[in-house]
Amino acid sequence: MYLNQFLILAAALFCIGVYGVLARRNGVLVLMSIELILNSVNINLVALSAMNGDVTGQVFALFVIAVAAAEVGVGLAIVLLIYRNRRSIDIAEANLLKG
Amino acid sequence: MFAAEAAETAVSWFYTHAWVIPALPAASFVLILFFGKRLPFKGAEIGITAVAAAFVLAVLTTFTWIGDVQAEIASHEEGTTTEEHGTTEGGATTEEEHGTTEEEAPATSEEEEGLASGEQAAPAAPVAEEEEGGHATRGAPILTERTWFSNGADTFRIGTLIDGQSVMLLFVVTFISLLVHVYSTDYVHGDRRYTHFFAFLSLFTAAMLYYVLSSNTLQMIMGWELVGVCSFGLIGHWWEEKANSDAALKAFFTNRVGDIGLLVGMITLYFASGKTFDVVEINSKAISGETSHTALLVASLCLMAAVMSKSGQFILHTWLPDAMAGPTPVSALIHAATMVVAGVYLIGRLYGVFWMGLSIPGSSINAMAVIGAVTTVGGGLLAFVQRDIKKVLAYSTVSQLGYMVLALGVGAYTAGMFHLFTHAFFKACLFLGAGSVSHACHHSFDMKADMGGLRKYMPKTFITFVIGSLALAGIPPLAGFWSKDEILAGAGVWPGTEGNGDYWMPFVFGMITAALTAAYMTRTVWLTFFGEYRGHAHPHESGPRITTPLIILAFMAVVVGFLNLPGPFVETLGLPAGIAHRFEEWVEPGGIASFPPIDHANPSLTLAIVASLLAAGAGFVVLRYYKALYAKDAHAAEYTDGLRSRNTLAAAGYRVLENKYYLDHLYTGIIAGATKGPIADAAYWINQNIIDGIINTVGKFSVGLGRFVYHFIDQGMVDEAVNVSGRTASGSGQFLRRIQTGQIRQYATLMFGSAALLAAVFIIAI
Repeated sequence: MYLNQFLILAAALFCIGVYGVLARRNGVLVLMSIELILNSVNINLVALSAMNGDVTGQVFALFVIAVAAAEVGVGLAIVLLIYRNRRSIDIAEANLLKG
Repeated sequence: MFAAEAAETAVSWFYTHAWVIPALPAASFVLILFFGKRLPFKGAEIGITAVAAAFVLAVLTTFTWIGDVQAEIASHEEGTTTEEHGTTEGGATTEEEHGTTEEEAPATSEEEEGLASGEQAAPAAPVAEEEEGGHATRGAPILTERTWFSNGADTFRIGTLIDGQSVMLLFVVTFISLLVHVYSTDYVHGDRRYTHFFAFLSLFTAAMLYYVLSSNTLQMIMGWELVGVCSFGLIGHWWEEKANSDAALKAFFTNRVGDIGLLVGMITLYFASGKTFDVVEINSKAISGETSHTALLVASLCLMAAVMSKSGQFILHTWLPDAMAGPTPVSALIHAATMVVAGVYLIGRLYGVFWMGLSIPGSSINAMAVIGAVTTVGGGLLAFVQRDIKKVLAYSTVSQLGYMVLALGVGAYTAGMFHLFTHAFFKACLFLGAGSVSHACHHSFDMKADMGGLRKYMPKTFITFVIGSLALAGIPPLAGFWSKDEILAGAGVWPGTEGNGDYWMPFVFGMITAALTAAYMTRTVWLTFFGEYRGHAHPHESGPRITTPLIILAFMAVVVGFLNLPGPFVETLGLPAGIAHRFEEWVEPGGIASFPPIDHANPSLTLAIVASLLAAGAGFVVLRYYKALYAKDAHAAEYTDGLRSRNTLAAAGYRVLENKYYLDHLYTGIIAGATKGPIADAAYWINQNIIDGIINTVGKFSVGLGRFVYHFIDQGMVDEAVNVSGRTASGSGQFLRRIQTGQIRQYATLMFGSAALLAAVFIIAI
């Protein structure tokens, strides 16, 4: 096992996540894509931690998971409210902040 | 030190709580104003109760004071017998010379507090005496003070000062005020502002007592102005008549003239004595020579202006006769016995200042003595030509006040104060008597038209009025004789009297006044009480509330003179030596730093006889004149073919007197008229042409300048800068708002793009 395999996997997941955030119009899918990005970071953290024999990175990964859970909770609540107000979760339509 | 503490505990409750005496009538004033009208006696009962309580306190304070002074004299006599040739060199320790009782906490146990904190100094006179061995100190002032406010290093204190002079005035004011209150319940009965009248009487009594007890000049100014306001209010009590309200205004404005002098004088003293308002300190510094003589001269001349207005001295006396427009009890209380002596009291209070400032000792003339002398004769002459009985008494008051000022001016302090004391009683008696007469004669005061022969109808008023007149005229052995004789001796020119200087001119004027007083009082008594009744009313004796005060005052007018019997007189009659010079011992302090070292004139028997004969002779001449008149026609009040119609000089003199020396013409016609007429016109012309011209030019220039500033600076520079910055902000906003699409994916794209760009930069750079 080489470290670069994990890094490539993480990079691939990150790219998929970024693509999902930028290209998807469905709010729930955007949130899921953000989860992908965060998890790709987790993979990086754990892999580098294992390589250096230092548990700090793994502890940090646990923090990221907890923060991601909180973030997705808030995000889903926002999406739910958008749905209730507009009967749609298409974020392209939610452009109230247009200048 | 223990001796000093023992003396501290001896400070009487009456001294430390003297403030209660003015506080009582002050409280009564407030109570009468709020509740007076609802009470059964319309507020009079509150006033009488409060003043009676104040009177009792004042009497107790007086007796405490007399007891203390006698104890000091007694211990001094012991001291001299034991160490007869003891060190009598002066220099009474100045820090001990007046007591200061500082009260930080109100009441309960200031004696213990004084022992504990040691902050209380003693009245200390007996102590100082023991230490010095036979140095005669007596009657040192006792101060009870607390801090009023302080500003930086300057502390202003408020408190009471008890010494012989203030105790004497406390007694006089409360005594006469009480009698006047009782008298007024009958005299102003049924008046529409009865309650208001009693409220003002209470306020006046409070203000006068406050003034008398003041321990510093600031408080004195306050009291001085307060009594002035009360005087104004009471003169104008019946303000519906224009004459009365004019008289009130005249009194007020004339007093304002003098008040300027008071303020300037007090401020001068404040700075000249090293920033202090404390009267004891001001006097001590003046006498020790610490204060510059020029400052003292300026201050005493300014203060003389105040005395002239308040105590009705020539040429500012014109308000006092007009003040008779007020109700008669007011005239008796305020314009005869108490308020008008405030000026005399001021001189006595700051006697050290006047003593040094006007160089009283060893001179033969000074401003105060001259003012007093001119006033006493001027007022006496004016009293001759009055038809109105109250105006006779008013001019007589002016004349007697002149006598007091004259006495103080020649250095006869005790004589002046004694005359103040005796005058208060017999003049109040005369005024109240005049009120009683007018009460019986349809409220008229015109002696020639509405009086005459009243002795048959009102015997009590007649007898008391005659006693008062005799006392005023200085007929022995009534009160006025003793005080007047002392003043004449005090001038120091009669052989063997040896006063403080050779005051010839005041002495001669005083002798003239002695004759004048007897003459005009004889005229007044004759016109009022003898001959046949000339009015159209049905005269009757007044009620007991009017006659009782009259009888009490007449009794006082007889006896108070015996308080200060001259030494030789007592020796000649073989009376106990202790009863001589009592008043002097009680009132005049001795051997203290805050009172000038006065030389006492020796009483002279020949002078007393000559002055009495002069007065009796003058009275007799007038008596003969009127007897002859009534022998011709019992209803006449004056000769139809008198001296005036035959002699042009006499007619001219009469005209001058009738017009009151033309002083009112000078004030209202010339000074006020010129102010209203030519001076006002000139001021108007200057205002229109010069001042307005300057203002217009300045205005036009300002408008031009303003236009320039508007066009070029305001519009061109300031506004342009603001506009440019606004336009810039607006333009950049227009550009930036295109990025703000509201599309979250676009924002994310920008964010990720930027992050990738930054990452690329990092990778390439590092």
